[in-house]
Amino acid sequence: MDSEKRIKLLHLLHENAKYTDEMLATLLDEEPAEVRAAIAEAEQSRVILGYSAIVNWDKVEGNGVTAVIDVRVTPQREVGFDAIARRIYRFSEVKSVALMSGAYDLQVVVEGSHLRDVATFVSERLATIEHVTGTATHFLLKTYKADGVIFDDREDEKRLVVAP
Amino acid sequence: MSAFEGKLSPLVEQLAPSGIRRFFDLASQMDDVISLGVGEPDFVTPWHVREACFYALERGYTTYTANAGLPALREAIAQYLETFDLSYDPKDEVLVTVGGSEAIDLALRAVIQPGDEVLIPEPAYVSYEPCAILAGATVKKIATHAMDQFRLTEDALRAALTKRSKVLILCAPNNPTGAILDRAALAQIASVAIAHDLLVISDEIYAELTYGVRHVSIASLPGMKERTIVISGMSKAYAMTGWRIGYATAPRDVLAAMVKIHQYTMLCAPIMGQMAALEALRNGERERQAMVEQYDQRRRFVVKRLREIGLACHEPQGAFYAFPDIRASGLSSEAFAEQLLKVERVAVVPGAVFGPSGEGFVRCSYATSLAQLERAFERMDRFLNS
Ligand SMILES: Cc1ncc(COP(=O)(O)O)c(C=O)c1O
Repeated sequence: MDSEKRIKLLHLLHENAKYTDEMLATLLDEEPAEVRAAIAEAEQSRVILGYSAIVNWDKVEGNGVTAVIDVRVTPQREVGFDAIARRIYRFSEVKSVALMSGAYDLQVVVEGSHLRDVATFVSERLATIEHVTGTATHFLLKTYKADGVIFDDREDEKRLVVAP
Repeated sequence: MSAFEGKLSPLVEQLAPSGIRRFFDLASQMDDVISLGVGEPDFVTPWHVREACFYALERGYTTYTANAGLPALREAIAQYLETFDLSYDPKDEVLVTVGGSEAIDLALRAVIQPGDEVLIPEPAYVSYEPCAILAGATVKKIATHAMDQFRLTEDALRAALTKRSKVLILCAPNNPTGAILDRAALAQIASVAIAHDLLVISDEIYAELTYGVRHVSIASLPGMKERTIVISGMSKAYAMTGWRIGYATAPRDVLAAMVKIHQYTMLCAPIMGQMAALEALRNGERERQAMVEQYDQRRRFVVKRLREIGLACHEPQGAFYAFPDIRASGLSSEAFAEQLLKVERVAVVPGAVFGPSGEGFVRCSYATSLAQLERAFERMDRFLNS
């Protein structure tokens, strides 16, 4: 499979991981065996790390809280930001960590069952890590769009059923 | 009874009732219909275009424009058409119209004298014949066939010619068949047109929607620009059907004639639509390509599924229609479509609506989400095979 098709394959899976190999093959004008091989290779090389559903957690009862935390750190000789990032991302409360350009360095997303849990995590775990020089915590109130998907309820069909 | 009884124009009375209309009435009374019968994109106009329209309204763009359209838009159209090797002067060879629909009407009215003959290859888009009749022409249809991929052949064109043949209407990529005309096919048609002094109205509204091949405009062939009116618009490629913006490009003498009709009948195309079209042409390429990619994926799915459920289907290379052969069902296209709708609630359009050689075929639009298409084909499979 050529590299352009590999990228298309990844986009299709990202959009809907439940497409069958046969469907993917049809959409890409490839053989199912080729698709299977390309997926296996992507999994092997950890380009594909897993498959998950896009969930609107706001609609799920009893779901906890999410906070986005800006973290400023002093980078360390030789290892830069990586060693500190590693110390942070190993906590199970941490959903994602990314190195950012701009006013702060690491963007950390944390989930907890209560506001208090997150606050405690930040003050007791995160802020106390060596080389962390400051944090700013933002609680997530509502998700409108994530990963390209708009969370609003679907717009209804406005076209006429039959048209020339 | 009103005072109009018996006083309607005989030209209007001559028009056949729309076959699509009847089908629409039937389908719109039912629930849970999956429609493959829609001739417009399922995408909503890209947000940047809609947003540009709000901004234009905020700044007070609510007026008439020049008859021929906003100069900036005409320039953008001329520049855009250069990608198809077409070169038109935005000052007097480009006209912005109320949809490609108006451009078809203007083109015919600008050139037809009573008794002139208009050649229409069919199956054809439904408005050519009525527009030609209303312009005072007689219509001669030229049948095209699945075995030729529904392409107009040189022989068929020659055989149809008479002394009165004046205009040939081409539509490629084609509604309803999805057929395209490649350079070789166009060159043959062009040689006949030149030899017999035929004018060509070339409806290229699906030009952007081709798969694996690049659209060729007949006006880009040697000797053809001077005898061709190219018609296109924003509806299909940019998912902008409701904005009603199309355009025509042509040599300045005939374009001036079209502008003359347009200025008295329409004055100008709506300015909101024109502002939106300008934004789409300037900044819409990425979104347009993303839509084309999706149509292409669905096209492959649809052709494969049609064949799997037992319907022969030539490979459509353009637009967003597949035109499968349903003769194996033993039904007429009308009966097939009606029964499929009643039994399995899938709407397709009977091929006969587009002309006699569409009989035995139905038009399936794939301007519908893949999820809907999957469900539609489960139903069609059940309809045909159980
Ligand atoms: C072949 C063809 N030409 C022209 C049109 C008219 O489109 P519009 O008036 O929206 O530009 C259509 C619409 O379905 C079409 O299919």
